[in-house]
Amino acid sequence: MLRQIEGSRAVAETVAHCRPEVVCAYPISPQTHIIEAVGAMVKAGTLSPCEFVNVESEFAAMSVAIGASAAGARSYTATSSQGLLFMIEAVYNAAGLGLPIVMTLANRAIGAPINIWNDHSDAMAVRDSGWVQLFAETNQEAADLHVQAFRLAEELSVPVMVCMDGFILTHAFEGLDVPEQSDVDAFLPPYEPRQVLDPDDPVSIGAMVGPEAFEEVRYLAHLRQLDALARIPTLAAEFSEAFGRQSGGLVSPYRTEDAETIVVALGSVLGTIKDAVDVRRDAGDRVGVVGITSFRPFPRDAVREALSGARRIVVVEKAFSIGFGGVLSTDVAMATHDADCSLRTVVAGLGGRAITRRSLEELLAAASRDELDTLTFLDLDHGIIERERARMTATRRSGPSAENILRDLGTVASRIG
Amino acid sequence: MFQVRIHGRGGQGVVTAAEILSVAAFSEGRHAQAFPSFGSERMGAPVVSFCRMDDRPIRTREPVMEADAIIVQDVTLIHQVDLFAGLLPEGYVLVNTSRSFDELGLGDLFGQFHRDHLVTCPASELALEQLGRPLPNAALLGAFAALTREITLDAIDTAVRDRFAGALGERNVAAATAAYRFVTLAEEQVRAATD
Repeated sequence: MLRQIEGSRAVAETVAHCRPEVVCAYPISPQTHIIEAVGAMVKAGTLSPCEFVNVESEFAAMSVAIGASAAGARSYTATSSQGLLFMIEAVYNAAGLGLPIVMTLANRAIGAPINIWNDHSDAMAVRDSGWVQLFAETNQEAADLHVQAFRLAEELSVPVMVCMDGFILTHAFEGLDVPEQSDVDAFLPPYEPRQVLDPDDPVSIGAMVGPEAFEEVRYLAHLRQLDALARIPTLAAEFSEAFGRQSGGLVSPYRTEDAETIVVALGSVLGTIKDAVDVRRDAGDRVGVVGITSFRPFPRDAVREALSGARRIVVVEKAFSIGFGGVLSTDVAMATHDADCSLRTVVAGLGGRAITRRSLEELLAAASRDELDTLTFLDLDHGIIERERARMTATRRSGPSAENILRDLGTVASRIG
Repeated sequence: MFQVRIHGRGGQGVVTAAEILSVAAFSEGRHAQAFPSFGSERMGAPVVSFCRMDDRPIRTREPVMEADAIIVQDVTLIHQVDLFAGLLPEGYVLVNTSRSFDELGLGDLFGQFHRDHLVTCPASELALEQLGRPLPNAALLGAFAALTREITLDAIDTAVRDRFAGALGERNVAAATAAYRFVTLAEEQVRAATD
């Protein structure tokens, strides 16, 4: 049934329909509404049997999820930003142990300077941890991806992170269909663990592995991700069959037929990019966009195929590797290394900076005229930077940059976009 | 597409207002999207929320830069935030105040926008009468319905009842109705004066 509800609420209800047996989390914006809603369902008894564990930190949240999962319980948690960094050791452990935990990552920037708003720095920080990372474009997709995430995680014994843009999706009300309990039950069989801590049949999990086998254990994790690469499109197709809508998959191309310039991006910004693509198409530019839903495993073949006709690739990223440039761009470059096309990186939307359709239109127009630099920072205010650089040149004790800039700008967060 | 921007301060229900408006539009079979832009998460800080309504699916995620309507919940923001940035020439302005635009120092708006697209409404006072608390959300949405005719009062009432159960919902509906009447009357007076 179509309802107008908040993204966080939709995810919470969907997660509940996946019947997690243990939910543990520590609140952090913008993840909070999800966890509050799941907690309320456990307390009210509408999500039962399920234990909601109030933990004292994100490190504890992931540690409890690991313990619960190893004991054979379907386990779920959610976090954002610094919360993810605080649990990062346990994040790697969950993947290394092959425990099928599902976690929502409500994407948020990482401090300092402290910033509660959206970008993808947190997801990129755990890119290499061994978790599957799926990015939602809409709240419908965010909800649907959780159903697919539990199935994928448990089939392959690999943890899955569903990434949804903080505030932009988590706090947005829009019309969507929460997957119904009976449909989820039909799609998602009960969890059958490959390994389980059982006092009647004791095993050790998490043994020390030396040089004699560590590489092999890691390689097996890589193979599981390659298996995921094959399973993700199949699960998306099965999901579409069962639920009557498209969600998930590896990549999602839009108007890429005959496109000379193709934008590549992750997450909710794809919606605004599609609007910009339509405008530039009307103006005669042959442009399209490819969304990458599965960032890890990275679908090299699907990306190469989706970009095969392009002369120019423009990767729009909400994160970057300081001192180098794009993160997603590097992966896209590897996927298209033998293609005859240029690749440009555009860093955009850091710390919640609005990515406007107008800026994207100008970007696409510039790309079509081959006027984009290798690395562009969208809507960067050069005046702010020059002023601070001048201060730093003028005096040794120039003070903290972020605070200097805030003084230059006046009221915090009084801008609309 | 009709795009609304709501300005207020943390704790006044700015975000809730946009959400309720989106539910109202949805109840009329339209596509709607509401989302906030928190300045910082604390009481009293400037907060902006957005609501889009359209007959087609809404894909964009940008803030409402070019607004068809701007609702100001808190007049003390006038000299702090560029409230009317990007308001389209045919756009509407609704300000929660018992004072007039001239008294607020906003008389310039009359030269830029249609006279009958601009209205002030004492939504907090109307809410105080109906709810016993100066929470202007429902009243402002009733006033918005009267000013723009983009949504019916019935749809606002449905969404308000959806959000606030029981007696609280009914009192908010009463506040919305009172504000709807207030603005309808004010608009009639404007038209009578300009005819």
